[in-house]
Amino acid sequence: MEDSLLKLLVDSIFTKNILLVFFLGMCSFLACSKKIKTAIGLGAAVTFVLTIATPVNWAVYNFVLRPGALSWTGNAELAGLDLSFLTFITFIAVIASLVQLVEMVVDKYSPSLYAALGVFLPLITVNCAILGASLFMVERNYTVSQSAVFGFGSGLGFWIAIVALAAVRQKLEYSNFPRGLRGLPGVFIISGLIAMTFMAFGGM
Amino acid sequence: MSSPFSTMATPIFRNNPVLVQVLGICSSLAVTTNVSTGLTMGISVTAVVALSNLILSSMRNWIPGKIRMIVELVVIAVLVIITDQVLKAYAFDVSKRLSVFVALIITNCIVMGRVEAFALANKPIPSLLDGIGNGLGYGAVLLLVSTVREIAGSGTWLGMQVVPQAAYEAGYSNMGLMVLAPGAFFLIALLAWAQTEFLLRKGGK
Repeated sequence: MEDSLLKLLVDSIFTKNILLVFFLGMCSFLACSKKIKTAIGLGAAVTFVLTIATPVNWAVYNFVLRPGALSWTGNAELAGLDLSFLTFITFIAVIASLVQLVEMVVDKYSPSLYAALGVFLPLITVNCAILGASLFMVERNYTVSQSAVFGFGSGLGFWIAIVALAAVRQKLEYSNFPRGLRGLPGVFIISGLIAMTFMAFGGM
Repeated sequence: MSSPFSTMATPIFRNNPVLVQVLGICSSLAVTTNVSTGLTMGISVTAVVALSNLILSSMRNWIPGKIRMIVELVVIAVLVIITDQVLKAYAFDVSKRLSVFVALIITNCIVMGRVEAFALANKPIPSLLDGIGNGLGYGAVLLLVSTVREIAGSGTWLGMQVVPQAAYEAGYSNMGLMVLAPGAFFLIALLAWAQTEFLLRKGGK
């Protein structure tokens, strides 16, 4: 029995949150969560790229890379090819060009957001969440609609988590933390607590 | 100029990539539920960082600045593909359990970060040493975290039973939290805390 799309969506947002359960996209999660505004912008960019990149990579994988994927060309020699060892490098290339596109659009329509995201926009290319989602899509044999929903849901999950962390961090800015806990260690403890609350969605 | 030894030794503790530079957090949390995956991941990352540092550093005078990122990604991706194929051939079980995380070495910030921060400005041999040092520093954290998580979470170490059967009969039970995500967060937090505290004390207030 195949899971319904709605279940997949809810799963990827909450119980199988790509950030808090699979730890993908940690670097930008930690670095871009000092201010709520930056967090919202980054979350939006990640969601956008994920929603497009996952189905595009699905198409590339199923029509070019998979063993026997080239059979639609009708050429027996091509149909026998197995290009799956090129998967990683192709996915990265697709993601890099998509990010370039997003960068130009954001730069044109919202220069202030562009300045706020700074170096993290090009770094979405090497955001593990995006590549990770594409690889999970291959590993779990999603159909095209499933992969689109999965990409969108993962993006939303990332968005919610990063905004939640940014909100907590902003509040804690002036609190009296022990000296050694300031900065990174404190953020980890907060993320751990957020991850526990997300686990509760899974009915733990 | 620092000596070759210190180039290699500082990133292992004082300038640890995971705890101080905050690079490569994703995978250090994800693959540490048991020691065997943590160890494999540590070795793979060391190999990839060291080789990519060496290759890109020897190419650094010929790479045009504008397409730098793309060249770096291609070199790293090729190295990761080779690592993945080697793992599939010689350690299939572990590579199955690591699943997508071997591929994710491509986007592991340690690799990119060290290439950008060190290899592009230094000669090949120091770059190689820097790569090895950072890989080992990363591996050390993985080993530590995965040891704690496996012993506390499953009562084993590298698959061997560590917690005696008698303890279970006396009412001891494994700490499920350690296997799950939050456990990893708390552990890394404690490690980073201990390390910052140590450096603060040593450095004089």
